[in-house]
Amino acid sequence: MVRDVAFGQYFPGKSIIHRLDSRAKILLLIGYIVIIFCAFNYFSLSLVALLSAVMIALSKISPKFYFKSLKVIIFVVIFTSLLNLFYGTGEIIAQWWIFKVTVGGINRAVFVTVRIICLILASSCLTFTTAPTELTDAIERLMKPLNKLHFPVHEIAMMMSLALRFVPTLLEETDKITSAQKARGADMESGNILKRVKALIPILIPLFVSSFRRAYEIATAMECRCYHGGNGRTRMKIIHMTKRDVMAFAVLAFVILGVILCNIFIPTVI
Amino acid sequence: MSAVLTLENLSYTYGQGTPFEKRAVNNVSLEINKGELVGIIGHTGSGKSTLVQMLNGLIKPNEGKVILDGEDIWKNPKEIRSVRFKVGMVFQYPEYQLFEETVYKDIAFGPANKGITGAELDSAVKKAAEFTGLKPQLLEKSPFDLSGGEKRRAAIAGVIAMDPQVLVLDEPTAGLDPMGREVLLSQIVDYHKQRQNTVLLVSHSMEDIARVADRIIVMNNSELFMYEDTKTVFSHGKELSKIGLRVPQITRIMLELRERGVDVPRGILTTDEAFSVLTRLLKKEGKLW
Repeated sequence: MVRDVAFGQYFPGKSIIHRLDSRAKILLLIGYIVIIFCAFNYFSLSLVALLSAVMIALSKISPKFYFKSLKVIIFVVIFTSLLNLFYGTGEIIAQWWIFKVTVGGINRAVFVTVRIICLILASSCLTFTTAPTELTDAIERLMKPLNKLHFPVHEIAMMMSLALRFVPTLLEETDKITSAQKARGADMESGNILKRVKALIPILIPLFVSSFRRAYEIATAMECRCYHGGNGRTRMKIIHMTKRDVMAFAVLAFVILGVILCNIFIPTVI
Repeated sequence: MSAVLTLENLSYTYGQGTPFEKRAVNNVSLEINKGELVGIIGHTGSGKSTLVQMLNGLIKPNEGKVILDGEDIWKNPKEIRSVRFKVGMVFQYPEYQLFEETVYKDIAFGPANKGITGAELDSAVKKAAEFTGLKPQLLEKSPFDLSGGEKRRAAIAGVIAMDPQVLVLDEPTAGLDPMGREVLLSQIVDYHKQRQNTVLLVSHSMEDIARVADRIIVMNNSELFMYEDTKTVFSHGKELSKIGLRVPQITRIMLELRERGVDVPRGILTTDEAFSVLTRLLKKEGKLW
């Protein structure tokens, strides 16, 4: 049930993408997202999409899971592309009442669809291949300069990793409590929306209570191990940039260059 | 005696069709008689919990049938909820399922779902509270203000209040202090005697099981290892220890003695029993007057 959502899951593995430095992966993702939105004609757009395909292939994770992560946002995609379809300008192809489909509209719809899909695929690639702890670690390191502005970088990273760590625990707990309430005859499947929302109360309240209990427990456990925040804390695993990461940046730079050249030499579509 | 629950070739596999496939229960067939108190023992991960969750339809078996009162519980999947009132299930650490404003309302949740109202509901709640030894003044308190032991009682009362034909308890005494265990266990036995209901008790404490169970289901590696009356099961000390279980301490001492040539019967389950056997023996040999 709740477990079926693939978006944000981590699949351990040893592919090239898995072995990239997690900081590099985040920066690469940011760079990639920027160029997704800088592609203004079909050539540059296909270049961007191609990079997504290469990433998926290199991650050695079954495309099935990528499709699953797309399923979550399928409505967003359909909705935005339909909206864009009718908002275009230019030559009118079909018209009905106040709706008119134009060449510009079709182009916009295609662009928006491809862009959202690439965005989700690339971010899925990051979360599929990077352990949550690595991710928060990388975020902490990347945001370190903000410390100078008295921004509590370490604390925020710690909160993130704690929250991520408890996702599976809470899912399991939800399953358990659901079973227990079902065993007492709770009816979750029938009735109107109001009734179904009400039926969630017996699950949500115990879940809240146990989350607070867990929070207190973990706080005590951390204090027992003399946790006192990030000052002077050393790391067990220190991540290093390697040749692989440099190569990855080079590939991205190459694609960026390609997109820029396409944008210059080929006329803009939207 | 007639069977209240019959399991026929019951199997269940977790994550069927995925790489994480794991068979949790494999081809279990057995009958549970009406009015019996049956213990279920087995190593952690032996399939006990999965097995009991199939009894009230929380888990649908991949193969095989669960027959309750002569009818397959999955005959009409839409009616599966009614089975849950007939087979009451108390999970491990049930206190984490409490959610209502007052203990009274929480105990009433199950029977109210069943459709009981008014004076009947009131008496069901009060009786259940009495069975589990909850003081009446606690009923109007918030369940979150109770002590650990009281919460456990309240949660068990919530299931008993549905007046199920079969009551399944998964490790009801886990995490309680020795006194609490003792009291809770005897309350379960009292409940069993008074209502003449069938009770299934999953436990890791062989002493507890030995004291209260009529018959014992032994699970090992997802399969039914043994299903015999309590004395017979615990006279197989060696087989049990092979699958990571042990017999009650006193039973083990008596089995040891027997192996060393002392003439004591097999399957002695309680200290009292052992005491009377040993004194009789010593008297016979003239070492005790």
